[in-house]
Amino acid sequence: MAARRTPSDPPAGSQSETHRAIETVFRIEQARLIAGLARWVRDVGRAEELAQDALVAALSEWPGSGVPQNPGAWLMAIAKRRAVDGFRHERMAERKHAEIGRDLESERDTSVEDIEAAMDDDLGDELLGLIFAACHPILSPEARAALTLRLIGGLTTDEIARAFLSSEATIAQRIVRAKKTLGESGLAFEVPRGPERERRLASVLEVVYLIFNEGYAATAGRDLTRPALCAEAQRLGRILAGLMADEPEVLGLLALMEIQASRLAARTAPDGSPVLLTEQNRALWDRLLIRRGLAALDRAGSLGGADGPYALQAALAACHARARTAVETDWRKIAGLYDRLRLVMPSPVVELNRAVAHSMAFGPETGLALLDEIERADSLRNYAPLPAARGDFLFRAGRLAEARSQFKRAADLTRNEGEKTFLLKRAASCVP
Amino acid sequence: MRVMVIVKATKDSEAGVMPSTDLLEAMGKYNEQLVNAGVMMAGEGLHPSSAGKRVAFDGPGRTVIDGPFAETRELIAGFWLWEVKDMDEAVEWVKRCPNPMLGPSEIEIRRVFEAADFGDAMTPELTAQEDRMRDKLAKR
Repeated sequence: MAARRTPSDPPAGSQSETHRAIETVFRIEQARLIAGLARWVRDVGRAEELAQDALVAALSEWPGSGVPQNPGAWLMAIAKRRAVDGFRHERMAERKHAEIGRDLESERDTSVEDIEAAMDDDLGDELLGLIFAACHPILSPEARAALTLRLIGGLTTDEIARAFLSSEATIAQRIVRAKKTLGESGLAFEVPRGPERERRLASVLEVVYLIFNEGYAATAGRDLTRPALCAEAQRLGRILAGLMADEPEVLGLLALMEIQASRLAARTAPDGSPVLLTEQNRALWDRLLIRRGLAALDRAGSLGGADGPYALQAALAACHARARTAVETDWRKIAGLYDRLRLVMPSPVVELNRAVAHSMAFGPETGLALLDEIERADSLRNYAPLPAARGDFLFRAGRLAEARSQFKRAADLTRNEGEKTFLLKRAASCVP
Repeated sequence: MRVMVIVKATKDSEAGVMPSTDLLEAMGKYNEQLVNAGVMMAGEGLHPSSAGKRVAFDGPGRTVIDGPFAETRELIAGFWLWEVKDMDEAVEWVKRCPNPMLGPSEIEIRRVFEAADFGDAMTPELTAQEDRMRDKLAKR
């Protein structure tokens, strides 16, 4: 029989291993812990501190006593006890705090068993409430993303800073301010209902997709993708889909992310340059993610959400995922989906992609005509993909000199180094 | 990272003893926790090996062997695919699993290969070979 090593039975000299195990438990529990505490003390900053206090207590007690049966409930009990002590100590004069203090007092004797039962009964409502709070529209999108990664993803400030190519000080300040704003807003950390819900849900989905895209299409710097951010966004998407299984757009977003992420391994060459969708080695696409994405998209459709903005984008991604080779791609179907998408999500970028789809379905001249329309709108003046697309259409139409100057212009506009190299290569290939 | 979490077979599972209602309920709850934590990607339970087959390879030879198979401890009764941040997280989640069997049992965690793991082994020549294969498929 092989030796079994658990934190409750530590072999000599494994203290650091025990600590690692405790920190793993904490990592799994912390979002739910903070969520429950935030609703209780109505202050997310305070909730985070209490959770940290509970971790410190666990690190000092568990190596001796072993990890308790239900570590989450144990941590919650300690944190709640600390909260009560804190309120007593501060002798809050304010009415709001006095009230909360009384609530806390009355729950003081709550046992680990009671808390365990309550945590088991809670069907993720508290966690969902925290997600809605972190993604509240009163915060800027950047602040929402940072706070969500911190509180729900459990990333450190340093990890978030590296992911967003920002300094630790900037991110730390952004998070502190966001917590303060939420604290002052008197938010109840509850899942919004009624007409409010749709608007707030849109904000949540926007944040998750922003995090995904920051990873998928790194806007600046040497890496074209930062897969860790994609993984974090996918996890958030999966959590949301677990907690809100009947929201078609949640499933639409999850489907979109799973299918896009299925191509992560194929979309950059070893030298860091991007590989076009049509050129990708489809053997490298992750079939499990594609299958999960298609299943989520089906569910979104059966819930009546086939024409939601995320579901439509997922349906577009699915068209590529279903084609075993690039030549099998159903471009007419894709062009039709873009015709629908522009109705629910009008944007110059959608128009541009629609032009690309129509050029593939009906020829480069059709694409060029659509690009002329977009350029009259003028909002994409310095958007690199626009000249890149025009260059591609011109190239396919055999107008090489014009194509060459468009690729060069696109290379001047992009901030991503891999993309720049790629565009210059395409410009160089435009020789008669 | 992705891991495969393998539930090892026992005498009971090989004998086709079905899990109790209590265990089904506990397992259902556990699976729900895995889903709500965004960890679960896929998972299935397997029939006993008496319903399975093996194909043995020896050079050009292929021999089909009918189940059931001996060495119960080496057989598997089910699996999950999880997406976790690291092995520590996988271990912690496995510890929380209700004992999947009536008696003592074992769950094994294995890391799934990802494209990046192949690293330099995936040479441009190999990629080119694959490209040629795809070309052929496309022309068919």
